[in-house]
Amino acid sequence: MSTANTTTKNRHLELIGIGLIALLILVVLPVWLDAFRLNLVGKYLTYAFVAVGLVLCWGYTGILSLGQGIFFGLGGYCMAMFLKLEASSVANTKIQSTPGIPDFMDWNQLTHLPFFWVPFKSLPFALIAVIAVPSLAAFILSYAMFKRRVGGVYFAIITQAFAAVLTILIIGRQGYTGGINGITDLRTMWGWDIRTDGAKEILYFACAFLLIGMMFLARFVLSSKLGRILVAIRDKEDRVRFSGYDVASVKVFIFCLASAIAAVGGAMFTLQVGFMSPSFVGIVPSIEMVIFCAVGGRQSVVGAVVGTLLVNYAKTSFSESFPELWLFAMGGLFIAVVLAFPRGIAGLFTDQVVPLFMKWKSARDGATPDATPAPAE
Amino acid sequence: MFGYSFGELGSIFAMQAFSGLILFSVFLLMALGLAIIFGQMGVINMAHGEFMILGAYMTYLTSHIFQAYLPGLFSIYFFVAMVVAFIVSGAAGLAVEWILIRHLYRRPLDTLLATWGLSLMMQQAFRTIFGAREVGVELPQWMMGALPVTDVIEVQINGLFVMALTLLITGGVALLMFRSRWGLQVRAVVTNRVMSGAVGIDTRRIDRLTFGLGCGIAGIAGAAFTMIGSTGPTSGQLYIVDTFLVVVFGGAQSLIGTIASAFTISQSQSTLEFFLSGSMAKVLTLLVVIGLLMLRPQGLFVLKVRK
Repeated sequence: MSTANTTTKNRHLELIGIGLIALLILVVLPVWLDAFRLNLVGKYLTYAFVAVGLVLCWGYTGILSLGQGIFFGLGGYCMAMFLKLEASSVANTKIQSTPGIPDFMDWNQLTHLPFFWVPFKSLPFALIAVIAVPSLAAFILSYAMFKRRVGGVYFAIITQAFAAVLTILIIGRQGYTGGINGITDLRTMWGWDIRTDGAKEILYFACAFLLIGMMFLARFVLSSKLGRILVAIRDKEDRVRFSGYDVASVKVFIFCLASAIAAVGGAMFTLQVGFMSPSFVGIVPSIEMVIFCAVGGRQSVVGAVVGTLLVNYAKTSFSESFPELWLFAMGGLFIAVVLAFPRGIAGLFTDQVVPLFMKWKSARDGATPDATPAPAE
Repeated sequence: MFGYSFGELGSIFAMQAFSGLILFSVFLLMALGLAIIFGQMGVINMAHGEFMILGAYMTYLTSHIFQAYLPGLFSIYFFVAMVVAFIVSGAAGLAVEWILIRHLYRRPLDTLLATWGLSLMMQQAFRTIFGAREVGVELPQWMMGALPVTDVIEVQINGLFVMALTLLITGGVALLMFRSRWGLQVRAVVTNRVMSGAVGIDTRRIDRLTFGLGCGIAGIAGAAFTMIGSTGPTSGQLYIVDTFLVVVFGGAQSLIGTIASAFTISQSQSTLEFFLSGSMAKVLTLLVVIGLLMLRPQGLFVLKVRK
């Protein structure tokens, strides 16, 4: 079997996978689950955005970021700031000593809106900021480091430190950010109540469609020439540099793209769950998102989404019945995935299930069996 | 300035500097173990904080055993506890290296993830065995109280003790690295792993011992930690990010660098804490360190290493 043949086959497989995911989250789950559970799945899907971004920057380019929560959080906070301002109209907040500003600012003796909150009164600005602010943060963070050829473990640690800094900042400046409780009590978007069951269902579908769009976007990037360069950078960065490519710019671009995708997830999270808090920004959630991606398969867009759904489903059902065991299970899962299945569920699938299927198919067709497993990408 | 007289300001600075020195001791003790592991193998041990807490819990157990069975010797229990902490954490480190780390030397990023998984499991184990509440040890009589230096400045004896201990352990590690045969081999492996293997150094064995030693030092750090604070299942995580930055900032392969960066970070943090709120002091310190690392990614002190 030629390599070209294998890649097309893998591409078909990924497309079938995306189709199956679409079927699952757009048809099966909405029919099967009640409104509460569906909202829960919607929340998991927002984490899947981060996992898809991690496939791009970690699985294919080899940039491990332990700070994706920064971008998820920034996206979510940008959305939450708009919703909060709409919820704190003068009529709604007339019992405060300063009506018209968010309640937590009033509690912290602020008497006017801080300057960086003012533009968030406009929805178009907020929607642009959801993408622009995290991308800018990712750009600043990565440009300085990749231009100086800092990568690998150093990059992971510095992104982690940034996640810590942002969390401390949000918690410490509670007059401006809502502190440890986050931005809560969000009500409407342009007059449309987001708290009703009907609205939650619409938001779920919006989230699902956006996620599928992002999966296609990721597939598109990975199957383009850029995708080839990404893999080459991961496997032999110096050689790509010596061939004349601007490695740093490519890495900055893919990191910003991954962050922007994570930020869209964060904004959808705010809309569906109705609040945003620093507990989705810091070190622990950031690493958990890496687990989702690792379990599903760091080199598969479909795998990342499946992994996110499975781990979160396990987390919810485990922590309902055996809360103490969950951390053991999660830690063990992490070690097992890294030690035994570095390519996650998707890797297991392409290495084990697909060859079996091919063997079965060729035996049935009576053709010569051609079941060499696909080479690791 | 701020309505304080110069004398008062002087004493405040002295007190802040002293609390900075205690923070320095904790950072340095934690960073020492991390730095020799990272310098030797390029492995970041995310479970390092948990090895430290393991040492702290061992100290807690030892103090209880002494209280129950050897009350007469209670005043010296801490020295026994330190040895116990070193042995238990070190043995745990050796086991972890053998089971987990040695399979992952070619994939440093994956080690980071695997040791994170390990830290989750260790935290839950602590919570199951010792309970979720923080525990503290009872200090022996001679460690309580404070020494008056002037009529406004006092220094805590336990803080002084921890500092002295830190100096002792750092000196010990320096001796081990620069005067012993084992240290010579470690330094050889750090500078050129392949060549060291070629001249007959068992690099795998050096790796394992280094990892064990690093975890053992973390255990001692935990024992010292009980002298100045209480221990909970997640206490280790509080310091881990700072410690990583200390190691990276100092320059991964340099002992002097680690000491210098632990000193800078802890002193600036505790001095700033007086002028700003605690959280802003930490944010500012971390941001400055990150900014400096972006300008000088190799850290303060660099050892020329062939890759």
